[in-house]
Amino acid sequence: MAPATPQGFLTTTLQKAVNWARTRSMWPATFGLACCAIEMMATGAAHNDLARFGMEVFRASPRQADLMIVAGRLSQKMAPVLRQIYDQMPDPKWVISMGACASTGGMFNNYALVQGVDQVVPVDIYVPGCPPGPQSLMHGILTLHEKIRSGEIVR
Amino acid sequence: MSDAAFDTATPAGALLGGLAEHFPGAGFTTSLGDPVVRLSREDLAAFVAAARDAGLDTFIDLCAVDYLSRPEGRFEVVVHLLSMEARLRLRIQAAVPGDDPRVPSLTAVFPGANFYEREAYDLFGIRFDGHPDLTRLLLPDDWEGHPLRKDHPMGSVPVQFKAIEGMP
Amino acid sequence: MSNPPDIVTGDTEAPAFGGPQAAPPGASGDDARRRTHDLWLSGTESPGEMGRFTSEGAQEMLAEEAPSILAAQMGSLAGDDYTVPLATGEGDTQIINMGPQHPATHGVLRLQLELEGEIIRRAKPIIGYLHTGMEKTAEALTYVQGATNVTRMDYLSHFFNELCFSLAVERLLGIEAPPRAQAIRVMMTELNRVSSHLLWLASQGLDVGALSMMLYGWRERELFLAFFEKVTGLRMNHDYIRPGGVAADLPDGWEDDVAGILDKVPKGIADYQALLDANPIFKERTVGVGVITAAECRAFGITGPLLRAAGVAWDLRRAMPYSGIERYRFDIPVGSGGDVYDRYRVRIEEMKQSLRLVEQVAAAMPAGDYRTDDLKVTPPPRARLDQSMEALIHHFKLFTEGFKVPPGEVYQAVESPRGELGMYLVSRGGAKPWRLHVRGPSFANVQALPVMLADSLVADTVATVASADPVLGDVDR
Repeated sequence: MAPATPQGFLTTTLQKAVNWARTRSMWPATFGLACCAIEMMATGAAHNDLARFGMEVFRASPRQADLMIVAGRLSQKMAPVLRQIYDQMPDPKWVISMGACASTGGMFNNYALVQGVDQVVPVDIYVPGCPPGPQSLMHGILTLHEKIRSGEIVR
Repeated sequence: MSDAAFDTATPAGALLGGLAEHFPGAGFTTSLGDPVVRLSREDLAAFVAAARDAGLDTFIDLCAVDYLSRPEGRFEVVVHLLSMEARLRLRIQAAVPGDDPRVPSLTAVFPGANFYEREAYDLFGIRFDGHPDLTRLLLPDDWEGHPLRKDHPMGSVPVQFKAIEGMP
Repeated sequence: MSNPPDIVTGDTEAPAFGGPQAAPPGASGDDARRRTHDLWLSGTESPGEMGRFTSEGAQEMLAEEAPSILAAQMGSLAGDDYTVPLATGEGDTQIINMGPQHPATHGVLRLQLELEGEIIRRAKPIIGYLHTGMEKTAEALTYVQGATNVTRMDYLSHFFNELCFSLAVERLLGIEAPPRAQAIRVMMTELNRVSSHLLWLASQGLDVGALSMMLYGWRERELFLAFFEKVTGLRMNHDYIRPGGVAADLPDGWEDDVAGILDKVPKGIADYQALLDANPIFKERTVGVGVITAAECRAFGITGPLLRAAGVAWDLRRAMPYSGIERYRFDIPVGSGGDVYDRYRVRIEEMKQSLRLVEQVAAAMPAGDYRTDDLKVTPPPRARLDQSMEALIHHFKLFTEGFKVPPGEVYQAVESPRGELGMYLVSRGGAKPWRLHVRGPSFANVQALPVMLADSLVADTVATVASADPVLGDVDR
């Protein structure tokens, strides 16, 4: 991966260190909507432990969170709320779209759902499944960590 | 169905028989073993109040159905009541014409009918006269249309499959 | 008709567990006032200043960060997004908003509260943030596909949704599932009841402050989900109980798995009881809180643990049994106070009774078919598809076109962990329902939250909402 601007030794090391720090303690904001929220909670619980990634603190306040896992189906009424919560999160922030309904509207291709949360917020990782099991969600989270560490996603 | 068809020895039969006496215009039938009564919409509130006083005091459900073209009326409001003591469920149906979809509200009889009537208004456009707060419940306040009507489209978006450039 | 009548109870039932909570300071001592709630009319839930941040609501993403957003994040543009401007209310009341994104509202429930100090004068639940149009979707899916849709409504009790739907369709068809299928259905639904109550217990503990309950509560639930995955292929949203029977037979070794569950889970429940039953902080926060009486339950259509905690011994499994459940012995726990603590006790006991049921079903599981042999409904066995063209055509027609159900209507109810889950199904003779209306128990329970919250403290909101165990998928559908 070639950096866009020439960087010195110190800056690349600093950037790597910053990326490392960002992935090691990424706090999710609670945005559980429907069934996927239950699997998200299961991922955070003791059996499939998210605390080993530093992520067990699901912050209720978006001001204290860096990751928003949109877990569940997004209805038309809820969409402005989603956007507002996303706006309230400080930079750098990432979004994981968890589940089929969040990614594309899932099996509910109808009037009531937004067909994919990427209509409302920019999404970094899509985790398919209905609902995705804890292993799938963790794979998605770790993929996001890898992308940040490698510099693929720049914030 | 005449009153003689009710087995007044059982509490359920006695309850229904009593109601049938007070409302001679009501049509009592059974559907797959469940007692059903068909009313005109004007009698709905009075009948439900009488049913509550007779023992059907648990409000279970209120919903609407859109039959599109039906001689007695396009919509139907269906109320389900339950009597725990008599172990009786009663389905009450009232036809509502499509050009004048108004029904008296049941919130004075059962406060629990509040949200159900708002939902029926929201999804079907049936107005409940006397409802204290008839506004949309499930859809955003500025939504236009009543989605569960049969002439309202599903609202699906076409799913696009785009070929990836450069791949065979 | 301007206001609904006051709901005044005849006799206030004394709570069996613990005494009534002392009235909070400033609350009216009048019992009749305690029982009423004013209907809070719409128009007060304006989105506030949200319009300034999103140009067209949901459908258009901002191309770049608007300066107002940056200013809001930097704190130089303070705005409280959900308060009503010129906070209206008589006297010293303040209107605050709880949700829809909130850690303690069990999903996307929005509660608008009018507070006088810390006491709630009025409450208004605003729902619809999870409306998925499932009833409209049901009209576009065949009866074979219908279970996939309904299973996602109450997303903690999947088997109950599927069972209710399957029973309704079977009544319209005039068929009955074979005894083995019925027994499997009972076993899976009762296991689901325990797993749903475990999640409720975890979230109730979390909401009240017993954080360890949240971490422990998932421990036993994983056992159930692993078993469900073994039997149905999925941890949640199983689509297992279908009209005619179940989708597949129980796998080999299921008796050992059930025995393992029956061995470990009671120990877990005993742990949780030791943690919470006599815990003075838990009792302080739950006894006398969120009270609803039996008469109010009937008026609002509240069933399930809330009704039983209020003293009414009504359980559909006993009163209007289904799927052969009358063959098994189980007790129905009944409380007396109608408060949060009684609901806790009722649900703990229900878990034990459900495990007792599972033990009986597992011991007496009949042999036989796991789905009806009525060819109209059941696809041919998988192996025959390789041999017989007719079987292939039959399979094809069943899974593309579906089977036609004779015209008629039916209301079928089951006792789900939250109360009476009912489905009103209207068929006009086609392969798809004409109308499927789902009577969700949480819909009625959420509607009665203002009654439960009248004149209580703000802190009690969380405990009360948790005890009502709402699942917003059921409420909004």
